[in-house]
Amino acid sequence: MTDTTTNERLAAAEALEQRAGKEAAERSAVAGAYADDPAHDHHITNTGISNPKLAMWVFLGSECLLFGGLISTFLLYKNNNLAGGPTPHDVYDIELTSISSFVLLMSSLTMVLAVSAIQRGEQARMRLWLVSTALLGGTFIGGQAYEFQVFVKEGLGFTTNSAGSAFFALTGFHGVHVTIGIVMLLSTVILSAVGRIPRARAEAVEIVGLYWHFVDIVWVLIFTVVYLIP
Amino acid sequence: MTTTTTGPLALPSGTDTGRPNPLGAFARPTAATGWRSWVSTVDHKRIGIMYGASALIFFVIGGIEALLIRLQLAQPDGVLLSADAYNQVYTMHGTTMVFLVVMPIGAAFMNYLIPLQIGARDVAFPRLNALSFWIFLGGGILLNSSWLLGGGADGGWFNYAPNNGVIYSPSRGIDFWNMGLIIAGIASLAGAINLIVTCLNMRAPGMKLFRMPVFTWMGLVTQFLLLFAIPVLTAAQFLLLFDRLFGARFFDVDAGADPLLWEHLFWIFGHPEVYIMVLPAFGVISEIIPVFSRKPLFGYPFMVFSGIAIGFMGWGVWAHHMFASGVGPLSVAAFSISTMFIAVPTGVKIFNWLATMWGGRLKFEAPLLYSVGLVTMFTIGGLSGVTHAVAASDTQQTDTYYIVAHFHYVLFGGALFGFVGGWYFWWPKVFGYKLGDKVGKVNFWILLVGFNLTFGPMHILGLQGMPRRTYTYRDGYGFNLWNFVSTIGAFTIATSFLIFFANILTSRRKAKASNLAMAADPWDARSLEWTIQSPTPAHNFDTSPTVHRLDDFWHRKYQENAEGKVVRIARSEDLVQPGDPTGVHLPSPSYWPLVIAVGLPFVGWGLIFNLWLCLVGGLLIVAGIYGWILEPADAPAAESGHHPDTGPGQPASDQAEAADGDRHDRDEGTESEEAALVD
Repeated sequence: MTDTTTNERLAAAEALEQRAGKEAAERSAVAGAYADDPAHDHHITNTGISNPKLAMWVFLGSECLLFGGLISTFLLYKNNNLAGGPTPHDVYDIELTSISSFVLLMSSLTMVLAVSAIQRGEQARMRLWLVSTALLGGTFIGGQAYEFQVFVKEGLGFTTNSAGSAFFALTGFHGVHVTIGIVMLLSTVILSAVGRIPRARAEAVEIVGLYWHFVDIVWVLIFTVVYLIP
Repeated sequence: MTTTTTGPLALPSGTDTGRPNPLGAFARPTAATGWRSWVSTVDHKRIGIMYGASALIFFVIGGIEALLIRLQLAQPDGVLLSADAYNQVYTMHGTTMVFLVVMPIGAAFMNYLIPLQIGARDVAFPRLNALSFWIFLGGGILLNSSWLLGGGADGGWFNYAPNNGVIYSPSRGIDFWNMGLIIAGIASLAGAINLIVTCLNMRAPGMKLFRMPVFTWMGLVTQFLLLFAIPVLTAAQFLLLFDRLFGARFFDVDAGADPLLWEHLFWIFGHPEVYIMVLPAFGVISEIIPVFSRKPLFGYPFMVFSGIAIGFMGWGVWAHHMFASGVGPLSVAAFSISTMFIAVPTGVKIFNWLATMWGGRLKFEAPLLYSVGLVTMFTIGGLSGVTHAVAASDTQQTDTYYIVAHFHYVLFGGALFGFVGGWYFWWPKVFGYKLGDKVGKVNFWILLVGFNLTFGPMHILGLQGMPRRTYTYRDGYGFNLWNFVSTIGAFTIATSFLIFFANILTSRRKAKASNLAMAADPWDARSLEWTIQSPTPAHNFDTSPTVHRLDDFWHRKYQENAEGKVVRIARSEDLVQPGDPTGVHLPSPSYWPLVIAVGLPFVGWGLIFNLWLCLVGGLLIVAGIYGWILEPADAPAAESGHHPDTGPGQPASDQAEAADGDRHDRDEGTESEEAALVD
């Protein structure tokens, strides 16, 4: 009994090793297609982070200040309805927004799965996860559009009072960021479908992912600051 | 599972794909000369030159506006300009000089020099660099198009709320101001990302951060300031745009909005902006002074860290622009103290420059004159700045000509003097001929006299109580004399710049006639850009230099002998690279940055006049972005195999360019450089 178990385990380990070896060979073959020679390595940089990825990080640093300005504006004006009309707090539907926030957060999970898929070279699975991410993002945007439309019906428009202006500007800017993210995701899917994102370029998907996660994190902040804190 | 490698970008660089226009995208342009090569260029040097040239054109426009202001104020009850026209002229003068002159001149220096000083082939994202320039130009044109389309902005370069609202400024001027600066902000942001990544990622072997020349360091600090300051201004301008175009209530005091919001947002951007303008000039003279003092820069680490300290502290002083706005005694006290503190790192810099010159064998050629001009004039401006830090005194100075005097001493005396010095210094490297030194000296003295005649008397006028931003003054207040002197000074400055432009033309003609090649190292300088031919070859370095210490080039030329005296051990001509482009891969030029940049102003005009124009602009932008992503990485027919500088899958992010080929030759480079060192 013990013998068979050991044998089974040995066989499993061997199979695992073989698969790892095969994957390594595949990886070097793919990488080889991108370099004329071993010395021609584009990924050697002073920091060890590739240029596009570092650029995305730097860009996101800048975005923090953009949202910082808008969030500060909202905090200043959130109870300011001196021009009449309700404040945003009077019209919030926390349940609905919680659900759409959850949907957006889940899209970060599918984004991670997409990056993981392309890193393993699984094109079709990556596209599936990217499309799911885009759909979840689209659901969030749909929820936001619905929410905006309800708020306007309940008397809080963009121009009603300062609080309304600040609310719509902040959440609207975030919505535009999500929308741009969706466009990026779908473009990635199309590029992948025509074969322009092989595994060696997995980092491109990762960079789109960085942007997407950033937009999600900003929403966590906005949801807390704008909706939850009275 | 196999991955597809059939896309055109998947092929090794330089290989003919057999499909020059995959996915119907245009082939990459190939012209190396003529106007096409300029509009499609991605070469950081050409982009730097274009930044400088457009900044000079805007400088002429802003200068004419300045002369109009001074003519109007030359005598009491001036009638040259109406009050309304005067408001537009001083607003556009300030905006133009800040955003379209000083900032792009800094960008010109940084674009040209940072890759050279760190030993790189180009910036990290060559196409993004081109995009930055074209967007900046588009923003500048949009802003200045207001003169032809109904009048310029009239609220001052800071456009305080609620004066910037439609009620108080019903013309379109402020809309143009908004759009123009949002667009120029995109350019600054893209440029900042590009140069930060370049500095952090693309340094030559051995070029550690603390071996970078001080100019590059100041450039890096400036780009970080831009990165974080620009989005705050952009946010504020979007809010204003929503107010003015769509009736939002951000700055509408009738609706209970707080006009201080604008002031805070603007100055959180605005104070770092001061350092964005002046730090590159500090970097320029930190390069010039050691060269012309024949000494290393005194206290390199202090120079770097004081620059970084200015970068950090610059974020904690903004409310000193608002002492008179009622922000409360606690804020006033806190910002008073922080403002006095920020004088410390600036003082460190001043003393380091002085200590560099102290005991040096000074060669008073034009670049050094301008640098000394910066040190002295900026010190005057800095001292009057410290008087603003004292809130009680500032309350009296606010909105008087004393402030105007102060910031012109800081920005003209600080930034522009350094930049003109930098032009005299690097002109041979950029264009292959020296600007006449004698004329340069005359130019300097006229500028110095004119500058002090113009802005010196404004201190007195301010302390006498003459308010800023008023289009005229009455006789009998005692303002007449100094205003007249100031106007004479302004025309003296204009004369000095005419001499500068004439100097360019005559020096160029002389150089063409004499037909002598420019030496690679005409000033016996210290940093890497002088180790390559003049003018800089398109490919910068034949091989990536290897750097062993600070001021590496200098140490390869000079060493201490047995008696401890510094002696020359090698001639510059033997050390410089011959300028041989064999085997060099350069990023291919591209039209797409221009396409995107043309689209943006149309969105701006569209928001102002007719939304259909937005559609045109939007389509151009989208077409540009997708063309950018999909264009073949290489001109397939290019003779030296180009290098794919594009990752295929970073859609719509504008981040699509990967490193260019500068790593390519690193290994060979190391060996030959070692050999050079043995010499």
